[in-house]
Amino acid sequence: MSEAHGGYYVPHGSHWPIVGSIGLSILLAGAALFLNGSGTGSMMMLAGLAVLVFMMFGWFGTVIRESEAHMYNSQVDKSFRWGMSWFIFSEVMFFAAFFGALFYARIYSVPWIGGGDPGTNELLWKGFESAWPTNGPANLGGDYKLLDPWHIPALNTLLLLTSGVTITFAHWALKKGNRSALVLWMWATVILGATFLGFQIYEYGEAYSEHYNLTLESGIYGSTFFMLTGFHGFHVTVGTIMLIVISLRCMKGHFDAHHHFGFEGVAWYWHFVDVVWLGLFIFVYLL
Amino acid sequence: MSARTNLRVPQVLTGLALLSVAGIAAAEYGLNLRPGVTTIAQEAYSLHMLILWVCVAIGIVVFGAMFYSILNHRKSKGAVAAQFHESTAVEIAWTIIPFLILIGMAIPATKALIAMEDTSNSDLTIKVTGYQWKWQYEYLNEGVNFFSTLSTPKEEIFNRADKNPDYLLEVDNPVVVPVGKKVRLSITANDVIHAWWVPDLGMKKDAIPGFINEMWFNIDTPGTYRGQCAELCGKDHGFMPIVVVAKEQAEYDTWVADQLKMADAAAADSNRDFTMAELMARGEKVYTSNCAACHQANGEGVPGAFPALKGGVITTGPAAEHLALVMNGKAGTAMAAFAGQLNDADLAAVVTYERNAWGNNKGDVVQPAAVKAAR
Amino acid sequence: MSTAAAHDAHDHGPASGLSRWIFTTNHKDIGTLYLLFSLLMFFVGGAMAMVIRAELFQPGLQFVNPMFFNTMTTMHALIMIFGAVMPAFVGLANWLIPIMLGAPDMALPRMNNWSFWILPFAFTMLLSTLFMDGGGPAGGWTLYPPLVLQTGDAFPFVIFSIHMMGLSSIMGAINVVVTILNMRAPGMTLMKMPLFVWTWLITAYLLIAVMPVLAGAVTMLLTDKFFGTSFFSAAGGGDPVMFQHIFWFFGHPEVYILILPAFGIVSQIIPTFARKPLFGYSSMVYATASIAFLSFLVWAHHMFTVGMPLAGELFFMYATMLIAVPTGVKVFNWVSTMWKGSMTFETPMLFALGFVFMFTIGGFSGLMLAIAPVDFQYHDTYFVVAHFHYVLVTGAIYAIMAGAYYWLPKWTGNMYNETLGKWHFWLSTIFVNVLFFPQHFLGLAGMPRRIPDYSIQFTEFNVISSLGGFAFGLTQLLFAYIVISTIRGGKKATDQVWEGAEGLEWTLPSPPPYHSFTTAPVIK
Ligand code: HEA
Ligand code: HEA
Ligand code: HEC
Ligand code: CUA
Ligand SMILES: [Cu+2]
Repeated sequence: MSEAHGGYYVPHGSHWPIVGSIGLSILLAGAALFLNGSGTGSMMMLAGLAVLVFMMFGWFGTVIRESEAHMYNSQVDKSFRWGMSWFIFSEVMFFAAFFGALFYARIYSVPWIGGGDPGTNELLWKGFESAWPTNGPANLGGDYKLLDPWHIPALNTLLLLTSGVTITFAHWALKKGNRSALVLWMWATVILGATFLGFQIYEYGEAYSEHYNLTLESGIYGSTFFMLTGFHGFHVTVGTIMLIVISLRCMKGHFDAHHHFGFEGVAWYWHFVDVVWLGLFIFVYLL
Repeated sequence: MSARTNLRVPQVLTGLALLSVAGIAAAEYGLNLRPGVTTIAQEAYSLHMLILWVCVAIGIVVFGAMFYSILNHRKSKGAVAAQFHESTAVEIAWTIIPFLILIGMAIPATKALIAMEDTSNSDLTIKVTGYQWKWQYEYLNEGVNFFSTLSTPKEEIFNRADKNPDYLLEVDNPVVVPVGKKVRLSITANDVIHAWWVPDLGMKKDAIPGFINEMWFNIDTPGTYRGQCAELCGKDHGFMPIVVVAKEQAEYDTWVADQLKMADAAAADSNRDFTMAELMARGEKVYTSNCAACHQANGEGVPGAFPALKGGVITTGPAAEHLALVMNGKAGTAMAAFAGQLNDADLAAVVTYERNAWGNNKGDVVQPAAVKAAR
Repeated sequence: MSTAAAHDAHDHGPASGLSRWIFTTNHKDIGTLYLLFSLLMFFVGGAMAMVIRAELFQPGLQFVNPMFFNTMTTMHALIMIFGAVMPAFVGLANWLIPIMLGAPDMALPRMNNWSFWILPFAFTMLLSTLFMDGGGPAGGWTLYPPLVLQTGDAFPFVIFSIHMMGLSSIMGAINVVVTILNMRAPGMTLMKMPLFVWTWLITAYLLIAVMPVLAGAVTMLLTDKFFGTSFFSAAGGGDPVMFQHIFWFFGHPEVYILILPAFGIVSQIIPTFARKPLFGYSSMVYATASIAFLSFLVWAHHMFTVGMPLAGELFFMYATMLIAVPTGVKVFNWVSTMWKGSMTFETPMLFALGFVFMFTIGGFSGLMLAIAPVDFQYHDTYFVVAHFHYVLVTGAIYAIMAGAYYWLPKWTGNMYNETLGKWHFWLSTIFVNVLFFPQHFLGLAGMPRRIPDYSIQFTEFNVISSLGGFAFGLTQLLFAYIVISTIRGGKKATDQVWEGAEGLEWTLPSPPPYHSFTTAPVIK
């Protein structure tokens, strides 16, 4: 703990945070207007997003430059590591809310409506029998069909698990100082991630097609299915972008065997996304 | 319940003073929980008193030590600070003793809770449905079915008339139950969450749309017991009271018979045609008690929340669509489906009224037969 | 408040003008911003409480319509909790944690700036909903569906502003955790840290654990409203009560987020003015950790009336009662710290003592609420309102005020006016009890909460409560006056400020240099 105290890098003022706040506000206000059906909403969203992207380029760019200028000592490095770990913990809890909803519906609400609670079934939802998956007693969204877990989802599981391995190979290569292997494994990981996304998009297309008719509106099953896989897919997208940035930085030689927090942070994130997928595969698709 | 609208400041101050010392003395001043009229209410009351006293006792010990120290261990009195700062024995003691006290509270609480949640072997079941902002009561075996809404005049609410003793705690149709019988309520809601609560009966249960919750009570003494909706349910949450009238069995039976007779009369209404004037008069009544809460008496609504019906697209459009909207409501908005709440004649009347009131002047009438056909 | 200190190579003082405050990465500047923002929000939220109390002054509808009344209740709570109390604690954390640990600054200074600068935008968005079609949110701060889904145009803005507050809190909390874990001066072991730092470490953990859950919950509201999902609708197999479970899984730890740092502040102040070390330091740490742990297991005590299975009600009742044990340990430790001390009663100490006394009263009523069979009677009445204002106003707010008086001389270099401070304490304490104590009686007599009008039997106590409320509100103007005049000048403060004060912050000059510890102090 706390080596080289005087050397802890404290940046002076930065204008990126306020740019970020402005961008975020424009984005969200735009989204709210959009949801309320106002025409200007979507334009504002785009503008806000642009400001946010600009902010991220600027902010991360500054951090990368400072890092390359060796302004960060090992204590700063440790702060970054702690920061990333706790951030991932917060993400875990975000997903926990949706998994909680899934379990609550499966263990409590659906069985209650479907007869586990005699009064409720008898007086309000007569004739509905508890089953999972379900779109509820009102057959919301109409009849639907399930996606076969052993088709695309299983393939996607394989892809993500493999990507977990390739990124570990990349890490080993980095530690050995073998840059070309590092770059190779990084791009392999990126490609696996992108392929996963491609399949996921294809699967959503299938689901929404007339044949399956499985949508967000398909009762509690559709809700939990799309919210969980959707937020996961969003995280994979973010992760893939981060992987691309890190791959480019690897090619530029930004990292060495001892000094590569950026790489590791993304690797952790990628593993987190991977583990969430396993939970999804088991509880959303399989069981 | 008292009729006093004047302030009783001296009594109140005495009450305040007393309560700082003792809960029991204060009870006379209406400061304490009400003992209620059912066994469960009384159980809740005695548990309440038990815990209150335990807290008062612990408070006396803790605050006693604190004030003793504040008075005596002050620098101005020349106190010199001791330097002790831990004692394992003491710390273990004051972890274990509160724990034991809590166990002492948990035992009677558990017993009471188990008794309260036992809704089996009831003599009578009433299905209670909460709406924005009224209650519906369906006596599942007797076939009685009615709505119950606030009957306090607007003049009193807007301070244009003196408030009567039951201000805000009075309804047009109270729930009537027989004394000495275990009454089970199956509670649900139609739109948002409400909660059914009459303090004297000792129980409160949320009315959740799509689910049935159960509670029970058994009243010994005939009387009128008043309560209110206890879960925020929108604009008029403060204005959906509950009145329970407990009657002797014989009187209760008469009441049931009367209710059934009235229902028959209403059903007969739905089989005949009305004149425009009849529909308008009836429609205004229905509108005032069912629709005016949102769309306002003048039909102008509340901008942004409740659309104006005066000159509205639907109210001046085709009658069939207008009727369909009122019967089926609009999913995902506060506009409820009234098909299950109003009978054919009432629906016909209110639609006719809306189409012709406030200068809408469409001139057309909707007859109960049309409603029946649309069901 | 900036004296330039001895600099080393890349050191510098504050920038000038407005840009100092907007771009700053300095923990003291950011702390100041948080504290001032919090004060502002306290007044905004308080003004809304005054609207509530004015309407409830007499039965009948007089000033506002019921919809707006509900909006006031909702906004009052959101602003007080997310705008006043939480930012005040983060502000204190910013100012004090680096100094107490002997660190150069917070661990992640740029992110620190962003945590703060999201808030003004988030609250602008929230407040702007007051002017939208359909009015502001009126479903209570608990945002229960289906009611909240009836909100007008304000709805998505409210949801997004909550997302922003959550983002800010999470980033702030990560910063605190990382600072505490990684920035301690040599020799500052965990069990030597001041208790304020300990309570914040645990609070930050709670924040990181539950704010994302709130974000998830409100996101589901959003999709239920706009994208046809049916999480909270039985017709699709969901359940409105599911929202309550998720919300309170956040909500109960949240109330400890609002009180643990207060425990920390009080644990700093009492030893100083009793001139005696804190009694039971390690049991304080363990008690705080136990409270945090238990706080995850008690959420459904807010939902005893929703119709849970009996076993669930029993579990949540027992777990809730258990929290009295570690909280009791804290109260007993504070009293034992005073015992045989050599006490003086400057304003911070008065507020700390007021805290111990009145928080405990609020704790007792909490314990009463925990007893499920009686909570059926208390639930959603003014008894609950009385309970939580005792723990929040005379708990959290009192501790914040105690802390403000305690550290103000350190922050500004000037002593506040002790006479006015004492007036502020005594007036507040009298009026706050006139304001909230009668609400216990109202609740017991059967007055539901969240109603704009009530039956006439409740008149007397509402009159008293409202009068107490107005007087308490006016008294807070005195606080604002004292703070502002202390910032502007006054008797110079010494470095140690208080005779009995111990800890690193008192070894620095008052006010401390812009960069507190450029070389780490060594802790024996
Ligand atoms: C700072 C915030 C804070 C704190 C610290 C607490 C502390 C506690 N709260 Fe409170 N609570 C709220 C804020 C808080 N609460 C809010 C905001 C609500 C309402 C939310 C809403 O609906 O809008 C609420 C509502 C609420 C309810 C729901 C009521 C209802 O809606 O029906 C319950 C029920 O169990 C409860 C219980 C408790 C308990 C047991 C504690 C315990 O932690 C208290 C422990 C302390 C003591 C007990 C005193 C000291 C101990 C001793 C001296 C030891 C010896 C004592 C004994 C053995 C008795 N609280
Ligand atoms: C930290 C949180 C916090 C704080 C500090 C407060 C502070 C106060 N609260 Fe609040 N309150 C809540 C949290 C808080 N409250 C919550 C969570 C709810 C539940 C909401 C819900 O049901 O959804 C609630 C609900 C609530 C209600 C119930 C409303 C209802 O059920 O409809 C009432 C009623 O009296 C009330 C009153 C007050 C008052 C008078 C203060 C006072 O302490 C405020 C004092 C401060 C000021 C007044 C500001 C300073 C002075 C001025 C602005 C100068 C002008 C002064 C005058 C004109 C006199 N609050
Ligand atoms: C709880 C509040 C509430 C009550 C009570 C209520 N309504 Fe409505 N009503 C609404 C809302 C909200 C809408 C708007 C729905 C939408 O968004 O399209 C609406 C829409 C309507 C419309 C369509 C207006 C238009 O131009 O779009 C008609 C007609 C109507 N209501 C009739 C009635 C009648 C008749 C009653 C009583 C029998 C009634 N309402 C009771 C809330 C209510
Ligand atoms: Cu119905 Cu409140
Ligand atoms: Cu709680």
